Amino acid sequence: MIVADQKPIEEILQMLEPYKRVLLLGCQSCVAVCMAGGEKEVGLLASAVRLARTSQGRPIEITEGVVKRQCDDEFNDLWRETIEQQEAVLSLACGVGVNKLSERFDLPILPALNTKFFGEVERQGIWTEVCAGCGNCILHMTGGICPIARCAKNLLNGPCGGVRADGTCEVSRNGPRPCAWVLIYERLGKLNQRKNMEQLFAAKDWSSDRHGGPRRRIREDMLL
Amino acid sequence: MIDSTLKRALESKRFVVTAECGPPKSADRTVIEKKAQLLKDWVDAANVTDNQTAVTRMSSLAACAILKSLGLDPVFQITCRDRNRIALQSDILGAYALGIRNVLCLTGDHQSFGNHPQAKGVFDLDSVHLIETVRRMRDEGKFLSGDELTGERPAMFIGAVENPFAPPYEFRALRLKKKVEAGAQFIQTQIVYNIQRFREFMARVGDLGLLDKVYILAGVSPIKTPGAARYMRDNVPGLDVPNEIVERMEAAGKGIEDKKARAEAWRQEGITICVEIIQQLKEIEGVSGVHIMAIEWEEAVPEIVRRAGLR
Amino acid sequence: MSAHAEPKIVAFCCHYCAFAAADLAGVLRLKYPPNVHIIRLPCTGKLDALYVLKAFEAGADGVIVAGCLEGSCHFISGNIRAKKRVLAIKNLLPKLGIAPERLEFFNLSSAQGDRFAQIAREMVERVRALGSFHPAEEEDSHDRRGSEAHRRDLTDAGAL
Repeated sequence: MIVADQKPIEEILQMLEPYKRVLLLGCQSCVAVCMAGGEKEVGLLASAVRLARTSQGRPIEITEGVVKRQCDDEFNDLWRETIEQQEAVLSLACGVGVNKLSERFDLPILPALNTKFFGEVERQGIWTEVCAGCGNCILHMTGGICPIARCAKNLLNGPCGGVRADGTCEVSRNGPRPCAWVLIYERLGKLNQRKNMEQLFAAKDWSSDRHGGPRRRIREDMLL
Repeated sequence: MIDSTLKRALESKRFVVTAECGPPKSADRTVIEKKAQLLKDWVDAANVTDNQTAVTRMSSLAACAILKSLGLDPVFQITCRDRNRIALQSDILGAYALGIRNVLCLTGDHQSFGNHPQAKGVFDLDSVHLIETVRRMRDEGKFLSGDELTGERPAMFIGAVENPFAPPYEFRALRLKKKVEAGAQFIQTQIVYNIQRFREFMARVGDLGLLDKVYILAGVSPIKTPGAARYMRDNVPGLDVPNEIVERMEAAGKGIEDKKARAEAWRQEGITICVEIIQQLKEIEGVSGVHIMAIEWEEAVPEIVRRAGLR
Repeated sequence: MSAHAEPKIVAFCCHYCAFAAADLAGVLRLKYPPNVHIIRLPCTGKLDALYVLKAFEAGADGVIVAGCLEGSCHFISGNIRAKKRVLAIKNLLPKLGIAPERLEFFNLSSAQGDRFAQIAREMVERVRALGSFHPAEEEDSHDRRGSEAHRRDLTDAGAL
């Protein structure tokens, strides 16, 4: 799912500075799973903001809400009347939700989250990036382990020379991460597909990736 | 025909010496000129690093052109971190036009290690793709896109690197094979301190039938201080520094009070260790020479080469 | 600082230890300030950050979270989780302009009625010294800066 972090409270308070009446709108989908913007987080953030503003002597009126998915007008519509009464909306959805509300409502829609990546639940409290949305999936060749998302240099003929003795990547920003190519090597071994690593993997066509420009998917047969 | 001094030296079967020349963090060409004078009579070719460890320096291409003008045979190191396939192919053409005949294809250190960690790393291609791309331009006269070059092809002597000391160890010789198949003609390895492990690696390379397909230059580097030795042992992934070497460095400075004298004693021991390693490397089948990486210590190169009996 | 601002303390107490200790304090007629309002939880592990923030919003000047001694939690590790959560909230409070000393986590056993009384006294004194952080309750405050950090700076500088 999409994984996001909540912005530091100082940044959120600064964004809310000019406003006295806001809606905090969360989402029950991805951001609820990664505990950044679900109903619970909306309640907590609303409380924190009210306390902060009270202690500043500048109270703020907050309406708390949550939608099933903020990426869809169908769900956001249910809050239309409330939204139209606000000075601003602080969205706790991923960037998609912020974009979606902004397309529809003529008032500031503020992002409470920093949207980060497509990830898996490693275990409660830990979410890891495993898919880069490159638009051209090669996971059948790499035993299901994505070198685009999980290798810092998105190598296709890895690993590079920067693997530590314990098999972790030398580029480990949030603590040691396993080298994706060591993982691929081990998995291909289990699947008896090692020869995938002995052949030359052709250069990637990045035109299907975000680098090729903003993307769109259309299903003609499903258009009404 | 590839008009490369390095290639001719390797073909002559003599033990070849290459060294590294680090460009300055400035626009001052005299830094390169001075290093060129230091290395000129002692090496068959000189590598210029490409924003090594992602620290911004004068471009490898420019520095190579300066070296060429002073009569050295430069090895143009080119990484995939900062440029996409368009720029990489463009630089190969430009390098050839400036008289450069050797290119070393690397993936490159991640930008998070350098002085601009906020930069966007490119990594459009990896080193294997880059090797293949240069070979295609040279042998088929085609760009990666399949378009044809409209004139002279860059007849480059193509090099790559390999690190025998990083996991998965059993795969490293195979990865070297991939690079050779892609077009690599010479390899400069990561720095060797553990001779035994390097021997094992070379044996595996031999088993894969690669020794007559590619020239291998073993990487060596003189250690300046015991602190540097410890740092390399503990903090640099892919470097295997045996404790014995760290201990020798520490012992070399023991009992010397004067700071300058102690530093000199350390340097001497570092050079001695380097020379010993070179002498052992000469005995290993398939090692065609050494690549001396005396980072910001290019002055050590002549002494190392002389004491190892290579010139 | 208003002299007659009696601090209100909310104490989240786990049923098995802290609440039992509070009960025991009562049975033993131990004296502790009436400012402490006890809320019983089955375990401090049930404590959500929201409970603490809502307590402050509702007018509490200080919050106690009291659970079993480590290793004795009836639900094994509920008190360990609570400890982590309380720490996270303590880190958040200064960013909201609230002194982190207003929130504290304590461990005690059900037999420690005296310890409960002591905790209650300690927190009431501590919070009384900090004063109220609800600007609306400041009768003699002409200065509406409101930030506790600011008030503490003045205290440190010996101005108050």
